[in-house]
Amino acid sequence: MTAAELARRQTVVELVPSGTSPLLEARGLGVDRGGRAVLHDVDFALRPGEIVTVVGPNGSGKTTFLRALIGALRPTRGAALRRPGVVIGYVPQKLAIDRSLPLTAARFLALPDRRPKAAILAALARVGVEDLAGRQLADLSGGQAQRVLLARALLAEPDVLVLDEPTQGLDQPAEAAFYRLIEEVRRDLGCAVLMVGHDLHVVMGAADRVICLNGHICCEGTPTVVTAAPEYRALFGYGSMGALALYRHEHDHSHDHHPGEGHGHSHSHSQAGPDAKV
Amino acid sequence: MLDDFMVRAALAGVGMMLAAGPLGCFVVWRRMAYFGDATAHAAVLGVALALAFDVSVFWGVLATALLMAATVTSLSGGGFAADTLLGVAAHSALALGLVAVSLLAGARVDLMGYLFGDILSVTTGDLALIWAGGAVVAGLMAWRWQRLLTATLDGDLAHASGVDPKRERLILTLALALVVAAAIKVVGALLIGAMLLIPPATARAFARTPEAMALGAGAFGAAAVVAGLAGSYWRDAPAGPSIVVAAAAGFVLAALWTALRKD
Repeated sequence: MTAAELARRQTVVELVPSGTSPLLEARGLGVDRGGRAVLHDVDFALRPGEIVTVVGPNGSGKTTFLRALIGALRPTRGAALRRPGVVIGYVPQKLAIDRSLPLTAARFLALPDRRPKAAILAALARVGVEDLAGRQLADLSGGQAQRVLLARALLAEPDVLVLDEPTQGLDQPAEAAFYRLIEEVRRDLGCAVLMVGHDLHVVMGAADRVICLNGHICCEGTPTVVTAAPEYRALFGYGSMGALALYRHEHDHSHDHHPGEGHGHSHSHSQAGPDAKV
Repeated sequence: MLDDFMVRAALAGVGMMLAAGPLGCFVVWRRMAYFGDATAHAAVLGVALALAFDVSVFWGVLATALLMAATVTSLSGGGFAADTLLGVAAHSALALGLVAVSLLAGARVDLMGYLFGDILSVTTGDLALIWAGGAVVAGLMAWRWQRLLTATLDGDLAHASGVDPKRERLILTLALALVVAAAIKVVGALLIGAMLLIPPATARAFARTPEAMALGAGAFGAAAVVAGLAGSYWRDAPAGPSIVVAAAAGFVLAALWTALRKD
């Protein structure tokens, strides 16, 4: 961890005294579907201002986890809690707009709460797509649509931004640009960010904390800690280590390793055994 | 003026479209066409039950339409695709209704009137019922408009914004049952679905916002009512089907206009 990262982490800790209640919280969360446990025994708390990234293989329950936290899904066991009055800005994977529904980007931003025209245009300008205000939502490209979705989420001045694989279907430059935008926006608003990602090196680089999910939380910690964890390697193999190394080389210029730091969550992991790609 | 049966017929049709236009837009946006049909077809069963138990047709139709909607909603998500399930429900409800009418009410009922509407025999009392029902539905839609639209776009997006999509769906279901109950006299159980679909589909060609499409659907529907009634008067054709034919002609013209504009 670099000195700058360390300093940032300490600032966050100062902003969040131990008594502050989390924005979103899961306690012993479990979700069954078709008689099978998709998620089980998930304990999680999102504190104000932190960026948490959830990674995990396909079918590991990442989207289910997010849906339970935003209240779109009733947990089978345990509880998903929201601090009263918390405003969530939600950016779905993509919006399947039926062509039969005429809807301009500007009109979309005024749902469900009507907003002044100036605020709508400012939100679109904030994410660099002010020229799309009058365009039909169904006509937008994937990247444009993601930015409009982000603009809508920002308009509510959220305490927490929740993004579900927001860059799926984007090419790599567009994806990198989108994540840079999220980091910028977060700096300006000071909101917490909870996102699910699949492209590990891009996603994890921006995170204060990474959660590795596979039905339950396998391991969590800083990006460096998680990629070094045996549970993570069992799920993703060594290939992704290269990806993270690439990220760190590009953005960080630090190759120091502090294995075990800030982790404190290790347990034997029977599920990973037979599936391990290592 | 209300003494003239043609004026009463036109007012009944326009009153129905006041509600059916905006509601039909949601039927189109949410791909609920079969759901609308199933609810409307259940109306025939409602007519039979109302006559058998000697209650007003309006309440009989409203109750069975609601029951049908609730049944279909609770059954969805099982082993069948939604359109299969709704198709089974729609056809079964219609067949059951026809059998029930003949068994329970016998020769007392003009079945054709309930299947294809009997708009020329609309009384002042019917008119009051249709306009009251239409006003309730239009008011409900206006009140919930923003939330209904959000829930239609994406369920998870709605949840995150504090809108419960299940509650909004329930409101649409209730509105649909009310429109069916109020409109059965105007176009009949078999053609209500057409007046929910065709005017919004016509308005889509010209609309850039959901509000424009809803208002356009109401306007196109009302125009189709007047044109259909005029045509039926002129050629002595059945009124309900003539209204649907007029609406369909408008749809074809709108589709042609869209195709020409693209070239």
